[in-house]
Amino acid sequence: MAGVRRLERGADGRLLAGVARGLAGHLGVDVLVVRLAFVLASIAGGLGVAAYGAFWVLVPREERPPARLDAREWGQLAAYAAMTVLLSAVSWGAGIVQAALWPFIVGGVGVAILWQQADREQRQRWVLPLRQMWLRSLFGLLLVIGGIAGFIARQLDGGEARFVVLASLIILTGVSVILTPWVVRLWQDLDAERQERVRSQERAELAAHIHDSVLHTLTLIQRNAADPREVQRLARSQERTLRTWLYQPRADPDLTFAAAIREAAGEVEDLHGVAIEIVVVGDTALDDALSATVQAAREAMVNAAKYSGVAPVSVYAEVEPDAVHVFVRDRGKGFAMDDVPSDRMGVRQSIIGRMERNGGSATVRTAPGEGTEVRLESRRA
Amino acid sequence: MNRVVLVDDHQMFRTGVKAELGPSIEIVGEAGDVDEAVTVIKAAKPDVVLLDVHLPGGGGIEVLRRLHGTVPSRFLALSVSDAAEDVIGVVRGGARGYVTKTISGPELTDAVARVADGDAVFSPRLAGFVLDAFAASDVPAVDPELDQITQRERDVLRLIARGYAYKEIAKELFISVKTVETHVSSVLRKLQLSNRHELSRWAAARRLV
Repeated sequence: MAGVRRLERGADGRLLAGVARGLAGHLGVDVLVVRLAFVLASIAGGLGVAAYGAFWVLVPREERPPARLDAREWGQLAAYAAMTVLLSAVSWGAGIVQAALWPFIVGGVGVAILWQQADREQRQRWVLPLRQMWLRSLFGLLLVIGGIAGFIARQLDGGEARFVVLASLIILTGVSVILTPWVVRLWQDLDAERQERVRSQERAELAAHIHDSVLHTLTLIQRNAADPREVQRLARSQERTLRTWLYQPRADPDLTFAAAIREAAGEVEDLHGVAIEIVVVGDTALDDALSATVQAAREAMVNAAKYSGVAPVSVYAEVEPDAVHVFVRDRGKGFAMDDVPSDRMGVRQSIIGRMERNGGSATVRTAPGEGTEVRLESRRA
Repeated sequence: MNRVVLVDDHQMFRTGVKAELGPSIEIVGEAGDVDEAVTVIKAAKPDVVLLDVHLPGGGGIEVLRRLHGTVPSRFLALSVSDAAEDVIGVVRGGARGYVTKTISGPELTDAVARVADGDAVFSPRLAGFVLDAFAASDVPAVDPELDQITQRERDVLRLIARGYAYKEIAKELFISVKTVETHVSSVLRKLQLSNRHELSRWAAARRLV
């Protein structure tokens, strides 16, 4: 799970203690956004400073030495500090009416930056649930505001009321600032535990698979150490199984042409202990004619494995819009077609005959010493 | 004499390759992970780097990214992996070819020489992937020069996928070996540079890029 990083104070590129860097990494937003948020929060009653302190104390330091030693950029730090001081001077001087505006300014700037950073898809994701829920949210918000306003209007006159609202907002923010790291950490621990459980499940499945297949094969290889052919056969067969398990989507050999011809090649490899390099381009559903093509190709592979005397056998199958082609080729000793006794069923019946009965064709190209290539073609309706 | 750096995290495999490579190749460095590879290659400036696709520290593609444009070396990817995204990824990252680790010593020696000469090396499997990726479709190409492979290039790729050596392909198509090499290099260039819609969709379907 590379998605969400644990909340840790960053070691690289930090200005002060790495709090903003760490938060940015964790939330997946630009570090600039986090820093601006801290600056603005600092101006609005010094909350940013408090929050920064809390994070500093509560969030663990990233356990990794910094990659760059020149890390701190003093110029940037000075810029942030200057911004904080200047802006707070403005708000101090302007008095309490403007101070009440600050939370809105903070919120507005934050939302604007986030919005600008998010891509289209993300925006959609934010807006959709909002659209569905806005009535309820609006209603709830109105109730809360109405309640507070009503309470205050009864008890106090206007000037004091504003002060109380501001004070309670500050208290609320303060409480959440204090509690947030704790809640976040609790949540993270839960998350980590869940991930660990998933991982151990995966490990168990992998262990089971390796036990059933790989360890089994290794034992067989040790027993057959004296027989290189058998060892090679076992190793190839295991390699193929493992590859299929790791890389290929589960496909039913009864359903698609590519899966079927791969399976046929695997069987021949197992039976005859000859490496078969198979490349398949495209795929399609298996029908009767294509099943026959796979059978014919299998027969050609068997012949190549048995008689060529040279490994590997190359198989190339391509599914095109109007036809399916299969080439089975070896660089072995080849033969003269005329020398094949007419009672030998292999090439004539199993390959050529079978293809022709199913509306296809087969050609064999061979000569003594030149290797053999069988070309199968099946037209598609 | 081609100077070669060997990058693979399996010591045993490196030893095996060293023993198998012919006398025309001089091993001038070895590395077992990305950082080491970058250092060794920068120092040795070899003609050819034999680069494992799977490496600790980000894989072969990370080595290519970090060395991009800094050394004159050419890269040949080497892998046991069947996964199309790994293979196409490393080729699009700048490798001039891809061979599987089951390749024989003489064939590998040959492939190194080819890459050193600036040609491309396609294994049957890579040829299959490329044919798949550039499969004919009705989608109009954005840049016809880059986004489509010619009929001749397709013929050459098909023969490679069928297990033909360059010499055999030349004979089959009545062209010279040099012409075969030109076609393959041209396909490599398209594979690396094309932003063809189909290619990116194909890559995305295999969680690439």
